This record gives sequence, C-alpha cells and structure tokens, in this order.
Amino acid sequence: MNLRTSCPDALLKALRFAKALPIALGIATASTNAFAQSYEFAEKEELKFGFIKLTDMAPLAIAYEKGYFEDEGLYVTLEPQANWKVLLDGVIDGQLDGAHMLAGQPLGATIGFGTQANIITAFSMDLNGNGITVSNAVWEEMKRLVPHDAQGRPVHPIGAQYLKPVVDKYRAQGRPFNMGMVFPVSTHNYELRYWLAAGGIHPGYYSPTDISGQIQADALLSVTPPPQMPATMEAGTIYGYCVGEPWNQQAVFKGIGVPVITDYEIWKNNPEKVFGVTEAWAEQYPITHKKVLRALIRAAMWLDANDNSNRPEAVQILARSEYVGADAKVIANSMTGTFEYERGDKRQVPDFNVFFRHYATYPYYSDAIWYLTQMRRWGQIATHQPDNWYHDVAKRVYRPDLYLEAARELIEEGIAPESGFPWKTDGYRSVQTEFIDNVPFDGRKPNAYLEQFSIGLKGKDTVQ
Amino acid sequence: MNDMTATSKNVVAAEPAPDKPSRKTLPEHGKVERTPFSIRLTRMLGLLGINFLIPVVKLATGESPRAQFKELWMTLGVPLVAVFVFLILWSWGASQVETSLGQIPGPPQVWDEFQGLMAEHAAEREKADAFYERQIARNEQRLAIDPTYEAKTRPYTGKPTYLDQIVTSLYTVFAGFLLATIIAVPLGILCGLSRTINSALSLLIQIFKPVSPLAWLPIVTMVVSAVYVTDADAWFEKSFINSAITVTLCSLWPTLINTALGVASIDRDLMNVGRVLQLGWFNRVTKIVLPSALPLIFTGLRLSLGVGWMVLIAAEMLAQNPGLGKFVWDEFQNGSSHSLGRIMVAVFTIGVIGFLLDRIMATLQQLFSFGQKSA
Repeated sequence: MNLRTSCPDALLKALRFAKALPIALGIATASTNAFAQSYEFAEKEELKFGFIKLTDMAPLAIAYEKGYFEDEGLYVTLEPQANWKVLLDGVIDGQLDGAHMLAGQPLGATIGFGTQANIITAFSMDLNGNGITVSNAVWEEMKRLVPHDAQGRPVHPIGAQYLKPVVDKYRAQGRPFNMGMVFPVSTHNYELRYWLAAGGIHPGYYSPTDISGQIQADALLSVTPPPQMPATMEAGTIYGYCVGEPWNQQAVFKGIGVPVITDYEIWKNNPEKVFGVTEAWAEQYPITHKKVLRALIRAAMWLDANDNSNRPEAVQILARSEYVGADAKVIANSMTGTFEYERGDKRQVPDFNVFFRHYATYPYYSDAIWYLTQMRRWGQIATHQPDNWYHDVAKRVYRPDLYLEAARELIEEGIAPESGFPWKTDGYRSVQTEFIDNVPFDGRKPNAYLEQFSIGLKGKDTVQ
Repeated sequence: MNDMTATSKNVVAAEPAPDKPSRKTLPEHGKVERTPFSIRLTRMLGLLGINFLIPVVKLATGESPRAQFKELWMTLGVPLVAVFVFLILWSWGASQVETSLGQIPGPPQVWDEFQGLMAEHAAEREKADAFYERQIARNEQRLAIDPTYEAKTRPYTGKPTYLDQIVTSLYTVFAGFLLATIIAVPLGILCGLSRTINSALSLLIQIFKPVSPLAWLPIVTMVVSAVYVTDADAWFEKSFINSAITVTLCSLWPTLINTALGVASIDRDLMNVGRVLQLGWFNRVTKIVLPSALPLIFTGLRLSLGVGWMVLIAAEMLAQNPGLGKFVWDEFQNGSSHSLGRIMVAVFTIGVIGFLLDRIMATLQQLFSFGQKSA
C-alpha cells in the first residue's frame, strides 16, 4: 500500500501495475465459481450511500477502505447526511442508492408512519452501541439515590426509578423535563422509552393527530440529530439523551454529562442499525444488491475478526473527518470493548459494539416485530392489529432470503465460514428474556407481549 | 478606451512612411502622444483595487517622496498594523475561552489546520491515483472475461478535499449568479422602460427581496425533487441545482432594482435622439438604454454576487449540498479537537474569496463606468 502511494516514477508505476493485477486476479480466483458460472456483474456500478456520523456506520467505511466494494466491481461514494430525515428522503427520492438506517426506518416508512415508501433491508448492521446520558446536574441528584458497591462505584445497570424523583421535582417546579432522541422511529426513541417506562416515568404517546409523542408524558422527548446531542445538552435545551456512539463518550470527554446506562443493559444484544434500500431499487438491481451485501458481510467479519483485534485500526479509520470525525480516543472508548460512565469509571463491555458474532448481521423477523410492538406500544400504530399483520410487515421489510443468498456465495468461495450464519432459523429468535425489566419477548406473539406492560398501549387501546 | 483608439490611429499614420523603418517611428510617436507608462500603470492599479502599489510606482518615477510615503503608510501601513493588532487580540481572546472542544484556536493553530488540510488534499490525490490504477486493472480483467463490456473510467469516489469544496462552491455561486443575471437584467430593463410594469412588479419585489435563503430552501428542494426527475447520468446533481436556485432567488433583487433604476434615469435627451433617428425598439435598447444603464447594472451585479456568496454558504449548510458550507457543518458535527480550527480556516477562506469576488466585480464596474463616478 505504501509502495503504491508514495513512489511516482515510471518504473515503480509499472511495478505497481504488476502488483495491482495479481491482487485483482487473486480475488478473481477466489470467486472463480461465480465468474465461471454466471458472469455476474453489477447492473449499477456507481453507487452513493448515505450515513450518519455514528460508529455503527463502520461496516460501510470498512467495506470502502478495505476495498470490498471495489472487489465486487462497485464504485461507492459514502456521503454523511445531516439527520435521519434527510437521509431517508435521499433514499426515497433516489439521490442515495441505500443508507445506514435506523431499524425502525424501513418499518416505519413501509407502514406509512412519517413518509410512506417501501423500504427493505437484508442486512442488519450491528447489535447494541447506544447509551443514555444525563447532564451533570441531573446526575448529581441521581447519584445520591443510586446504590454503590464496596469500591464506592455506582452499581450498574441504573434503572430509571432513580431518575423519577428528579423528573417529579422538575415537574413540581413547573419545568418540563426535556430529553433528546434521534428520530421518532429510532431505536433510541424506543430504548429511551423502554428504560423510562421500566422505571415508572411515562414517556408519552403518539396519536394520529398529535405526532409530538408527548401526550400524557412525564418526560418530554424530542428529536435532535446525533452529532448535535452534546451541544444541545450543553446549551441546556435537554437534560439527557439517548444516542449512539461516540456521542455518549463525547459527553464524558467534554465533561458535560454522564452516561447512566447502555442499551446492552436495557436489552442484551439488541438489533440496531440496518442497511436499507427501496424495494424498487432492490428489484431493479438484484445483482448489485447482492454484491453490496457480500461486501458488507465481509466488512462486518473484519470488524469482529480475532476477538476485535482489528478494532484499533477501525477506530483510526472512523476518526477521519469524512467518516465519524470525532477524536480517535473518544471513538476508541466504546469500539474497543470498554465504556466510560463517569469520568474515570471505565468498565469492560466487550459486546458494546457487535458487528458480526451472535449472527448480528442476519435480519431476524423477530427483531422487526419488536420494533413494531414498540410502535404500537407508544401509539405510532394507532389501532389494534392482529398478530399476522406484524408477521406480514416483518416479512415484507426484512429479507433474510437475500442475505443468505449472498452469504452462501461467500461460503462457496471460501471467504466466510459456514458457521457464521444461522442456516436453521425460521427468522424468529427464541424467547428473549434479557431485558432490564425481565419481561420476556416472544416474536411470534406480539400482542401477548404487549399485554405484559403496565405503561403503554395494548389490546384495543387507543390514545384519547 | 481613448488610449487605444489613439494608438491605432498612430499605427495607421505611421504606415505610409516607407522610407523610414517603422519600428523606430512607432515608439517615438508613442512617446509623444501616449500617456506615460507610469500613469497608465497607476490607473490600472487603481482599477484593480491594488491601491497600495500606486505610491510605490509614483516613488519610482520620482514624485515627491514625502507625500508618497504618507500615502503608502495610509494604504499599506495602517491596514497591516490593524491586522497585526487583530491577530494579537485574537490570540489573547482565544486563550481566554475554554469550550468543550478545548481552547478556541489562535492564529498559529489555525495556520496548522490550514496546512493539515492542504496535506490531506495531497494525500487524497495520491489515493485517487491508486484508485484509477486499480480501476484500469479491473476493467481489463473484466474485458478479458466479458468482451462486450464497455469499459469506462468512473470518477474517484473518495471524499472531496478542502480545495474541491472551494471549487464546488465557486462553481455553484457563479451558476446561481448567472441565472440571476439572465433573469434580473431583462426584467429590470422592462421595469425601467415601462412605468406600468414597474408598478406592477414593485410590490412583489419589495415582498420577496428580504426573504432569507433558509426560508426558500425547503420549497426549492421540494420543487426540484418534484420537477427535476432524472436518471443516474443526469447533467447536474440535484443538490447543485438546489443551492444554485437558492442563490438565484436571493441574489436576483439588487441587480433587478439597480437595472430598473439605471434604465429609468437615462437622460431624456438620449431617448429623444433615439426617437429622432427612428431607431426600432430593439436598437433603442441595445444602442442607448443598455450602454447608459451599464454602470448601475454593474453596481447591482456586484451587490448580487456578494449576496449570492453569503447565501450559498447558508444553503450548503442547511441542505447538505457539497461545498464550503457543508465543510463547516461536517466539522461542527465531528466535534473533534481539530474542528474549531478547521472551521476558522473556512471562515477566512470564505472571507477572502468574498473579498476577491467583490474586487473583480468592482473592477468590472469601473471599466464600464466610462469615467463616471460610480458608487
């Protein structure tokens, strides 16, 4: 690589060419089967993908920087977007071929909450990776209530019941308790609501006529784009937020807030971002789509290879201004398996960012259904829907069939191991129990799942 | 202009004198009739706005040194001292403010960031070279398997560098400005010529003139998305059209108003001459109206370009269109320890480019004023 970029004279140029060719041919030999059988080439070679400046966009950056896209004959441009709305609109109106999306975005768009458009995903980008941060002032009050261990450190996970007295105090003084999340159908919105509700704080309902999501709310949640979270909290507009990395660790480094809980502790190994494209795009360019999936699977494998040994390099790549752009030490904090709560209170969270292991990239129907249940719980889905409606939507939006097709090719070419993919699953994870409030989730029975919550819509409930 | 016609006459006069070699006659003639070189030079410098060189030239020609030194002090010395004082105040002030991204960068740090950006530019170009080489290899490989393939070279897919962003911004602002000029000048002429049209439009102009680009942008974006439907190989990117049109909408008004004013205030006598000569409408506009309104039209254009440049940065920021505005926004979002320094580099770049654009327009404006005092 160094040779290639540093020596300009003609001799070396020839050398370089000779060097580049076998590399390209090496890939060809690896994929001889595909070449020989079908001569498959992408229908569309120049692609533009959008992303938001978050560490979980890593598979895209790695697929680009490691040449995985180019190996597939794809010439990809990665473009940071201002916020999730701009990104979604870009995909819908075709300025972007695809994007790093919130898991709720393809679902929300397909069922018509927000902008209606048929968006699908055949690739789940990561597990976990978010945190909830509160301002220093709020933390001071919470800290007094939180139990401490023998070393005098707060015992994690910290439930929202310790936040409740603070919220009640603010409300008694007539001050609204504002918190930030990144988008109405974002993972962060649902995680923050889940955490608040588990601690007895009502996060508010949506209704068809009032999409502020603040009906009957104790804590008022509103949208702030991820990279602006720390600045918005610093300005005093919000007292806390739920966001992806590096924006929780940024608050620690800036000394403006304290992360109180990670989403790993709210729901262990929860599905997070997905790679979304429009249904029409996927139908128009099936081979291109498959090649994109191949490149992304390889990138995810690289990110988790050898017990995260590539993560330090990934951190350096992500720290560049064209990707996440935050300081490397901030990104490294969470990407390398640790998480710093209060300043100096750094703890091991090896699975804080999971990109490939635990079948992280497989798009499970049950993951889709969990998001749909949360949309129902908070009124984004205004009326009762039967169980099979949830299954139908999940199967329309989540496309493990496309994913497995790409994975099968990689296995045949010897690039990926057979064991890296869940071949036997029917798309539903077995009942998951590791939630902060210990409520079990069975993706096959969405309505029964909702019955278990005291705060939130269920059955035939509607918001009045 | 007068100089040039004078010289050409000299050339004509010099030619029918075959007994003497014309090479010698010409310079002699020139010496007698032409204005001295130094005066023409100072005039040109004044036109270009490089005023501080004028006393230098005058000194060189031996004009009263005392007055010239004083002039030099005023045009060069005082501004330099002011810049120096500014830099000191900035260094001092910067060290007083501690933000969550660290201290506000002072002049040396900003200079470092600037050099860092230039180094990044060079590194990115090398990456681009490697990209093209890989692409050639890949195309050849594919052609070997699939002879029907039409190999093409795709542009580099890496990030735009700082210099690329500057070029994009300039390109966009000129596109928007050109469009504004094409609309505003004819419309302004119509307004100036006809009282009816003028009073019909003046209310609308007054209402739309103060509208901020931030208000136009969402409308422009939605309209462009709806109207400009293209496939992948479009001529222009949508984002480019969005920002160019926003620039147009905001920079239209100064040109429009000044053109109308320039046309309306043409000497009645000139118009009457046109009538006496029985010039047609088109001839009257091109021969009389346009030349006499030019100084004010250029005043308008100069203001328009200034507004356009200012608006463009805001539009790029809000709409995430490529360019300097997007650069500032991305750096703000990055929130790294380099971000503030880089944003300051951008602030100075925007200022310097805006200043240069204004100088260019001022020079053009003076060139077309034909000796009239311009605003």
